[in-house]
Amino acid sequence: MLLALATLTPFFGALVPLLADRLGRNLCAIATGAVTLTALLLVLSHAPSVYSGEVPAWSVPWLPALGLSFSFFLDGLGLFFAGLILGIGLLIILYARYYLSSKDSLGVFYFYLLMFQGAMVGIVLSDNILLLIVFWELTSLTSFLLIGFWNHLPESRQGARMALVVTGSGGLALIAGMLILGHIAGSYEITEILQRGEAVRSSPLFLPALLLILLGAFTKSAQFPFHFWLPHAMAAPTPVSAYLHSATMVKAGLFLMARLWPVFAPADAWFYIVAPAGLITMLIGAWIALFRDDLKALLAFSTVSHLGLTTMLFGLATPLAAVAAVFHILNHATFKCALFMSAGIVDHEAGTRDIRRLGGLLTLMPITATLAFIASASMAGIPFFNGFLSKEMMLEEAAHTVYAGHEWIFPALATLAALISAAYSYRFAISTFLGPVRGDYPHKPHDPPFGMWLPVAILAALVVVIGLFPALTAGPIVERTASAVVGGALPEYHLAIWHGFTPALVLSAIALAGGALLFICYGYADQLRLVFAGMDAKSVYDAGISGIVRGARAFIVATHNGSFPRYAGVTLLTILAVGVAAFFQAPHGAGTRPVIPGAFPASAAWIVLATLCISLLFWHQNRLLSLVLTSGVGLIASLFFLQFSAPDLALTQISVDIVTTILLLLALNLVPQNSPTETSTGGRFSRGLLASAVGLGVGLLAYGIMTRDFQTISDYYLAEAKPGGGGTNVVNVILVDFRGFDTFGEIIVLGIAAITIFALLDNALRGAAARTLATIRDRVESKNAHPMMLVIATRVLFPLALVVATFIFLRGHNEPGGGFIAGLIVAIALIMQYIASGYSWAAERTRLDSQILIGAGVLIAGLTGVVSLIFGWPFLTSTYTHVHLPLLGEFELASAMSFDLGVFLAVVGVVMLSLAQISRVEARAETDAVPEGPMDVPLKDGRVAGSNDGEN
Amino acid sequence: MELLVASAIGLMTAAAVYLILQQRTFPIVVGLTLLSYAVNVFLFSSGRLIANKPPVISDADAYTDPLPQALVLTAIVISFGMTALIVVLALRGFLETATDTADLPEDELLRDMEDDR
Repeated sequence: MLLALATLTPFFGALVPLLADRLGRNLCAIATGAVTLTALLLVLSHAPSVYSGEVPAWSVPWLPALGLSFSFFLDGLGLFFAGLILGIGLLIILYARYYLSSKDSLGVFYFYLLMFQGAMVGIVLSDNILLLIVFWELTSLTSFLLIGFWNHLPESRQGARMALVVTGSGGLALIAGMLILGHIAGSYEITEILQRGEAVRSSPLFLPALLLILLGAFTKSAQFPFHFWLPHAMAAPTPVSAYLHSATMVKAGLFLMARLWPVFAPADAWFYIVAPAGLITMLIGAWIALFRDDLKALLAFSTVSHLGLTTMLFGLATPLAAVAAVFHILNHATFKCALFMSAGIVDHEAGTRDIRRLGGLLTLMPITATLAFIASASMAGIPFFNGFLSKEMMLEEAAHTVYAGHEWIFPALATLAALISAAYSYRFAISTFLGPVRGDYPHKPHDPPFGMWLPVAILAALVVVIGLFPALTAGPIVERTASAVVGGALPEYHLAIWHGFTPALVLSAIALAGGALLFICYGYADQLRLVFAGMDAKSVYDAGISGIVRGARAFIVATHNGSFPRYAGVTLLTILAVGVAAFFQAPHGAGTRPVIPGAFPASAAWIVLATLCISLLFWHQNRLLSLVLTSGVGLIASLFFLQFSAPDLALTQISVDIVTTILLLLALNLVPQNSPTETSTGGRFSRGLLASAVGLGVGLLAYGIMTRDFQTISDYYLAEAKPGGGGTNVVNVILVDFRGFDTFGEIIVLGIAAITIFALLDNALRGAAARTLATIRDRVESKNAHPMMLVIATRVLFPLALVVATFIFLRGHNEPGGGFIAGLIVAIALIMQYIASGYSWAAERTRLDSQILIGAGVLIAGLTGVVSLIFGWPFLTSTYTHVHLPLLGEFELASAMSFDLGVFLAVVGVVMLSLAQISRVEARAETDAVPEGPMDVPLKDGRVAGSNDGEN
Repeated sequence: MELLVASAIGLMTAAAVYLILQQRTFPIVVGLTLLSYAVNVFLFSSGRLIANKPPVISDADAYTDPLPQALVLTAIVISFGMTALIVVLALRGFLETATDTADLPEDELLRDMEDDR
């Protein structure tokens, strides 16, 4: 439990700095530090049991069917990394407090930092490889935010994007690799997989799994040829660089190699791939670092080189190499973090981190210089500093390595890399701090405040103490961690400065002396570098990325070109192709179900329908006519529903038809009345061909379905409608009871559509839209906008329509009718008033806002469902009772009726909001007075109808 | 009778698709309305054609399948919502640009893509 808590603490704690931001920078930093400290203490509370040989674990299933569980465990390796991540995290928090300027939001920075920290801790504590992947991806995302923290700088954004692309695509490979690994191991728990190394290695899928997982690890740890993203990530603020590139992000790949070492290392493929990859990275990184003038770039490539060193050690696949690797991870974290922070201090105080503009800082910033000297000495591998120890161990291991029969490759190249590494370390320290004091620093350099150099001092102290007393200080940690890596007992070894005259000592001496020589001959080496100038992985990356962009753009221009007809055509063609393919792959032909013999009325209706459809094709450019023809089709559809036992549908269809026609008429009033002829005969022909093919397909499908028998699931509904739902109209009972949740969702969708319409038209009377309206005004105006006959008729009909709607609503549960239909009828009655008497007249008399109607409808329907929850039934369970009222007699009252009321209100609101909004736009053109007459309803303030001053 | 209904569905669909492939917004909306009719009739007919047996519980011995009816009823209402939304989108688009074409000129498309960067 505490383990999971240790992982989650930084995640939840990430909110703390956001909240504490306004309390001032010091409090914000302290609060953030407290979060990290809590997590660190939670981890360390397990340290005694880990060091006594136990492995604390905690697990809850998450998605057991997929093998995903929320499980954590803490062995020596996990403890080592978690301590490193959280311990150095504390120092970074302190350092960042002084490093970031007051213009940067410290709260947001700490928020990102803690999120990242949580993800890192998650990686190292996960016991489940799927969970590990989740955290792995989280580090990619959060490091993207951290690297791009100064998002106003283009190089920041570019660096962040590049890091995300490279580590993200590596992450995809890792997912695939982990899935294969889990599949062949038969478990996704790391502790289980480590036990089944033999079985995993013998699987034919072992090599793909290994390659994919290595791809993930190599991209994350910037191994050649994926090393190029890391230096570009240096555009981040220095605390981020120090954190990501010394202790965390890039070490995640190393961690993964260490974690799975017992499974992979015994395989030959591991040695033959990983060891040379690390060696090459070590060499190339060092070589590039030597010639960087930017201090941070130098350190970045040096990091690449040291990551290569560690990777190579893991790749050598011997237990002693693993010990050396663990030890070097610890040493590198201390000296590299200190160096990054020193570089940041120089940048901060001197105003530049370009080596060519620096030099002579020793007297101006003595504390920083001393600390940087210590850390550089360690990086160079000078005795009595911790870097020397692990580097010597590395050389010792390399000296014994025979690669494909060649004895000299590893010792020679590893020594060469160590030599160059010594040279760039000298360059970093000497060119920055020694030499004459210059007069042209951008700022006047001085030592930073105590809080800024304190973290560097702590790390430098560690560098010295470990360097002097390795066995006493780092010994137990390295031993416990390395034995967790190899998964068993370690051979005998000694962490000591003096091992006698070993080959490694000789190689170390060569590296240190040769490094000094190389530094002295820097000018000649620089000439040599130009020979290799053409080799740049970034240009390959850039070319790849711009190629992808060009391809994507060409694809978009070809397919997504903004032409709706083309989209529709492509979509329809695809559907058609799928349909045709399915048609020929399955038995087809008419079914055997007895057909109903055709009758005269049906044939007549068919002929009318066919005439309407064909007429539409020829006269669709006359928009009013096309609307009339379409309504005719709707009318026939209603008759069809009526004929085939669906009175509810017939009622709904005909009322929706009316509403839709009104809606389209209103819109048509504003848009052009005719469609121009734009397409060639060939275009029309191909459209016609596509349309015919689609129509033929749908028709055949319909015929195929209708002539076959089927199994219905409706028997339950028919049987239970009366006893269970308390209604005899099964369609209505399904709507408001059996599938009430569906209907509930539907009225919400309708409400959203109506509110979108409102949003689209509410501000249509301003700006460009208003100017268009002004130009078409003359056309929209009618000579006689409000004919007397129509005005009187609609007002007389209004109360009658309301009575009909009430009747339809009340009987809905038992006879055809219900909330939908009743709502449509009321809406039609209301909209008729708008049409006959104009928007202003009607709007002035509207007591109920349509939006309130929609809201009330959804709320009432929802509350009906909630009430059943109160009684302990599932949501939207309905009940009914029989009520006896004097005069009316006994009748049935179902709770579903209140749900139907909600549906009713929502439908009225939706229709009114849509139509009234369009009418409101048109009301601009209303100038005629509404005829006054006996049917007029006087307004409260004594005015009479017809005054159009409301809206105009 | 089934043949009549199936061919009617096919006719409506064909006419609807033809209208949807036009270049102006209004025919497209009319086409969508027509397509809604076709689809609703199609869905309904998946419950097979049965005359004079409405699913209202009475003394009758058999009823037609009520489920497609319930689904189509909601479909009719939803298609109204959809049509209304599209009409208003088209209307606002016309008011903003003074043209009701459903085609975006290629140079505008390229300009939009440049803006995205």
